[in-house]
Amino acid sequence: MKSRIPVVLLACGSFNPITNMHLRLFEVARDHLHQTGMYQVIGGIISPVNDKYGKKDLVAARHRVAMARLALQTSDWIRVDPWESEQAQWMETVKVLRHHHRELLRSLPQKEGPDRDKALPAAPTAVPELKLLCGADVLKTFQTPHLWKDAHIQEIVEKFGLVCVGRAGHDPERSILSLPILQKYRHNVHLAREPVQNEISATYIRRALSQGQSVKYLLPDAVIDYIKEHNLYTKDSSWKDNSTQRN
Amino acid sequence: MENSEKTELVLLACGSFNPITNMHLRLFELAKDYMNGTGKYKVIKGIISPVGDAYKKKGLISAHHRVFMAQLATKNSEWVEVDTWESLQKEWVETAKVLRHHQEKLEAGSCDHQQGSPVLERPGRKRKWAEQRQDFSHKKSLEPKTKGVPKVKLLCGADLLESFGVPNLWKREDITQIVGDYGLVCITRAGNDAQKFIYESDVLWKHQNNIHLVNEWITNDISSTKIRRALIRGQSIRYLVPDVVQEYIEKHNLYSSESEERNVGVILAPLQRNIAEANS
Repeated sequence: MKSRIPVVLLACGSFNPITNMHLRLFEVARDHLHQTGMYQVIGGIISPVNDKYGKKDLVAARHRVAMARLALQTSDWIRVDPWESEQAQWMETVKVLRHHHRELLRSLPQKEGPDRDKALPAAPTAVPELKLLCGADVLKTFQTPHLWKDAHIQEIVEKFGLVCVGRAGHDPERSILSLPILQKYRHNVHLAREPVQNEISATYIRRALSQGQSVKYLLPDAVIDYIKEHNLYTKDSSWKDNSTQRN
Repeated sequence: MENSEKTELVLLACGSFNPITNMHLRLFELAKDYMNGTGKYKVIKGIISPVGDAYKKKGLISAHHRVFMAQLATKNSEWVEVDTWESLQKEWVETAKVLRHHQEKLEAGSCDHQQGSPVLERPGRKRKWAEQRQDFSHKKSLEPKTKGVPKVKLLCGADLLESFGVPNLWKREDITQIVGDYGLVCITRAGNDAQKFIYESDVLWKHQNNIHLVNEWITNDISSTKIRRALIRGQSIRYLVPDVVQEYIEKHNLYSSESEERNVGVILAPLQRNIAEANS
């Protein structure tokens, strides 16, 4: 068996709040990369966006980080990293990738990590790769004019790599075909499929919460308790926030 | 609204729960919010009733594991619990009979549920309906008014409703009894055909007031079949079932290609029984 490339997955987003679907993205992506036989996923990082991102209904980053931390209490491979949220300004995803890549290289050698999939140790010399994990909807936003800088898209797929988890209603293949830059780095764009359709959007969660409806089993109990305790997402603001994308 | 009399409801979900998933648990939450939201009902309890092994469904693992997983999954629920009666019967029991069992149990007032409804306080003490009604009228004036004994309704997904159309799976009189005497709370996907299905069936049409269709706006397709398939393929089922259930499955290595072979080639109990009865 040839040695596998160690990979760390980074997910950027609002996590407002974190849901089971965000957590599933990681599980599905890891299964997919392992199945290629080329990669060994050694870690996952959740990076909640900075408050300066200015998205409507975004609760304070300290809450979003705390909720992600609670959600990840029981994960032995995914962690939350508050670095992005602690910066003075909002920053482009590519800069978050650069930061974590530097950190990753600095922390070498470090190759422990949970291998559920036993006995497939990464080669000791292998340098871990950092890949951006996203839902297929993000891939689609690459086509939205002015949302992403072309140079950034190029850097993401050239230097890092993308792992996209397909959701119902999105056709990731088509997004790739329509963007020459994604075509060019097709080998670095991994499409994973979630076999179970489970569209838990944070927007839905916030709406249900403000209407006093149950969100149990859509996000971890510890997160629900935190939301109640801190009285988050209670006010009756309007919900037409449909810009789930960020760059 | 607080002053009007509300009917107390117990939601009963029958099924294989092989294994229980977050989707099953969500059905209860959605149904409760919906029924309470009508202003006419107050959901006081949910019951999960895993089917007995005699059901003979392909890939059905032993009831004690399925019951135990459901118990683990509902440990953190304040209102949903698992009942083993159905799973402990030697023969497969028709769903209409399971409903009747639970309704009778409520009427006997001997429900062993601890918390919850004011009507069900003093657990374990057997009371007749009339007695209970009496008590209720003189001393319960502070509690929200409710109408008599709680009613059991069958909680299901649209797939169960549509299975009413499968030949020999259900006895006609059982369907009549379920929708006529008890009622259905059916969680359906937005834009699905449940309405049409009801329209096309005379008996469902007749009792449509007793069929509550609850829209589920976010797709939730965590079927047990997909969970078993993922397990067999070595894929993660994390966040699709409660962590405690996942741990239990792994610890006991419950699902494998061998377990999928269980009952292969065996005719499902209801089909066996209903076909035999039809021919006799």
